[in-house]
Amino acid sequence: MSELLEIGDRLVAQARADEQVEVVVGRSTSTGVRVYEGEIEQLSSATSAGVGVRVVAGGRQGFAYAGSLDPDVMADTLAEARDNATFASHDEHLGLAEPDGVPVPELDLYRESLTQVATDAKVDLAIALEKAVKAQDPRISAVESANYADGWSEGAVITSTGIRTVGRETSCYVSASCVASDGDDTQTGYGFSVGRTMEDLDLESAAADAGRRATRLLGATKPSSGRFTIVLDPYVTAQLLGIIGSTLSGEAVLKGRSLFADRVGESVAAGSLTLIDDATNPLAYSSSETDGEGLASRRNVLIDQGVLQGFVHNAYTARRAGTTSTANAVRGFSSTPGVGCRALSLVPGTALQPELLAGVGEGVLIASVSGLHSGVNPVSGDFSTGAQGLRISGGEIAEPLREFTIASTLQKMLAEVDAVGADLEWLPMRSAGVSLVVRDVTVSGS
Amino acid sequence: MIEPAVVSRALGVALKTGGDFAEVFVEDKRSSSARLDDGRIEELGSGRDRGAGIRVVVGDTTGFAHTADLSEQGLTAAAEAAAAAARGGGGGVRTVDLTPRVVSSQVVGTRPEEVGKATKVELLRRADEVARAQGGAISQVSASYGDSRRRILVANSDGLLAEDDQTRTLFVVGAVASGDAGMQTGRRSVGHTMGFELFDRYQVEDLAREAADQALTKLAARPAPSGSLPVVIGRGGGGVLFHEACGHGLEADHIQKNVSVFAGRVGEQVASPLVTLVDDGTVANEWGTFAIDDEGTVAQRNVLIEDGVLTDYMWDRLRARKEGRDLSGNGRRQSYKHLPMVRMTNTYLLNGAGSADDIVADTPNGVYVAQLGGGQVNTATGDFVFGMTEAYLIEDGRITEPLRQGNLIGNGPKVLELIDAVADDFEFGPPGTCGKDGQGVPVGDGVPTLRVSELTIGGTAA
Repeated sequence: MSELLEIGDRLVAQARADEQVEVVVGRSTSTGVRVYEGEIEQLSSATSAGVGVRVVAGGRQGFAYAGSLDPDVMADTLAEARDNATFASHDEHLGLAEPDGVPVPELDLYRESLTQVATDAKVDLAIALEKAVKAQDPRISAVESANYADGWSEGAVITSTGIRTVGRETSCYVSASCVASDGDDTQTGYGFSVGRTMEDLDLESAAADAGRRATRLLGATKPSSGRFTIVLDPYVTAQLLGIIGSTLSGEAVLKGRSLFADRVGESVAAGSLTLIDDATNPLAYSSSETDGEGLASRRNVLIDQGVLQGFVHNAYTARRAGTTSTANAVRGFSSTPGVGCRALSLVPGTALQPELLAGVGEGVLIASVSGLHSGVNPVSGDFSTGAQGLRISGGEIAEPLREFTIASTLQKMLAEVDAVGADLEWLPMRSAGVSLVVRDVTVSGS
Repeated sequence: MIEPAVVSRALGVALKTGGDFAEVFVEDKRSSSARLDDGRIEELGSGRDRGAGIRVVVGDTTGFAHTADLSEQGLTAAAEAAAAAARGGGGGVRTVDLTPRVVSSQVVGTRPEEVGKATKVELLRRADEVARAQGGAISQVSASYGDSRRRILVANSDGLLAEDDQTRTLFVVGAVASGDAGMQTGRRSVGHTMGFELFDRYQVEDLAREAADQALTKLAARPAPSGSLPVVIGRGGGGVLFHEACGHGLEADHIQKNVSVFAGRVGEQVASPLVTLVDDGTVANEWGTFAIDDEGTVAQRNVLIEDGVLTDYMWDRLRARKEGRDLSGNGRRQSYKHLPMVRMTNTYLLNGAGSADDIVADTPNGVYVAQLGGGQVNTATGDFVFGMTEAYLIEDGRITEPLRQGNLIGNGPKVLELIDAVADDFEFGPPGTCGKDGQGVPVGDGVPTLRVSELTIGGTAA
């Protein structure tokens, strides 16, 4: 890790008196195994490294990156970033992050043991996963893929304004997708498990999820259209939170692209809803000690019992909004920092999913959604996605449903949240899943 | 890019553990971008990505490793890692004789890297100015410019050695309009496999005006209907329908694993007789065009569905080799860090004999989609969705009120059968990025105006 700091120090030392220079250096290795019918289909190993350089001079910003730590290439990258800055607009709020006194949390995200695992053990795990999926149900007709992947990465941010941080982490996951068949009917399911080291992985639960998700949809039919109370499965809620999070970006607010601009202190959601972004939570797959500008990660409450508390910021948007960074700079070495939520979750309620279903009585359980990128507009709030799931009848799960859409608006969905489940789970994404009951959503089918 | 002798030795190392097939893919990509938002030139960026990916195939197993170190040492290390992954039975030293394949690469009018940054920035400013001038309700404008030059070299143990030099240029304008009922967005993008001459073909002022108009029009949009209705898809912007409804399902990797509703159906009627669908990597300057694919295969035009009958799938080297058949030029990858797989290039529907005006006039009630957004498909079930970013009601055979954004849902094989009218006004649509298994590649698509007799529209209006 010290090598990354040295690389950064050397480049930052070339900063001229009238400019700020930020260097982001990253390095990672990864292994991926995919098995099919008991044999290795793909086995890949990779090492990547690169550097991103941001220059702010005379109120203008420029950026360049290179996928290489070659000293000559890095020198070129600094020169290119400098040149790019001269063509950008002047903006008095531009500037790098500066140390803000918040102590960097120690999160223990790196496990040496993962780096010592032999390749054969990784292959065996993927083969075991494939077997476990097949064993779930006689109707599992194929396991399209069973995967194991892991990697370690380290990254450093060094600036001429006094930021100098470095961190490293390991992560691994297994995932499987399978097909269930019954007569002419075919359905698919997926399951996964994530961790920082191999021992964290729960193969059986990943396999059970894949099998259950595929088989429970067999025989699904298209529902008739209507308005229903829906219950989102945890993974669907996590996807929804990702979109809600994007509307709470300080950048979206400043640029007039947020639904929630000017609504701090107002009620924007049901009272049962408290939304927190907290990358210091070590359980979160996306947790990390610092943000993309090297500031200490911290816990930010965005919506408290339905009331909007504020937005997330990086150094630039905070300065422009007249506030301080919430450590929400999000980026890799190949881009400048954006603003985004880093580890979002709802504060869980007390009821598990069966109890929520009993409370709903009649409705639809949404098992998965598709087309979030094409049917949801975070600026207007229009929400429409493809979906499949199961009817809720008499407070219990009834027949499977497919080929329908659910539609509402983001504003309305937040206000119509009836209950948050107790089944919070962290997923391999920037938000956590939890069952969520939402009233009055339009289901379009036949 | 790299000495053939060095590549040849790397292939020898890759085959050391008994591989049946080895390949070295070298990539050197330079990109530049400029972005305007909120009235400011926020950023100019430059990028360089250079490296090699090496794969070794033994039976059904593929070993893969990549490196950013293009020295002989770096390539040898990657070749050894890929070979170790593919652990074959045999061994020994094999030499590979490479025969260069000469491919006529793209002719670029004006190399983007030779155009001054100030000129690129000026395009953004003009777009911003024109979009804002469309009306006081335009509350925000963003614009971005991007170009890339990607040079690749592919060499394999069959003796193939081929190179390509691909230049793409892209321009996007986004507008936000604010009204009493909230905000709406508009967007126009153009991208082609060409250089800076893109701006001879398109005026950024036109794109800006269209993006702003789209946002303004949508301010008055009413909630889309909920339920099944006839849907007319406008020319150009509707190509993603076929990309999702059947394109992915015709990729041979899904076919070989039997996770496509189109598996085993070659020779069968899978669509309305009005449907002739082509995937074609050779269309001059289209977004998904190239001289060779990322496995060194020369780009081809492939007819997938002819008069409704399924004629063939799309293939990459691995899948074609298994079947003992010809390649189709559909082996693509996002970068040297990725394994190639079966991907579409430019996928489009051929013209029919109808007239677009007649199709709308013959539709008493329905929805007209002028511009589709992205989509998503489950190839195993055939269920797919696609978004409508600009759509209108059809009432009494006339296009009337604008509709709010939403998704449409259908089942691929069923929807293909329900296409009951195809016009003669074909056009390519905006540039797309197709995502599959975590890799994004540039793709093109296009359609003439067409009608699906019934599709489920995911709106909220009864």
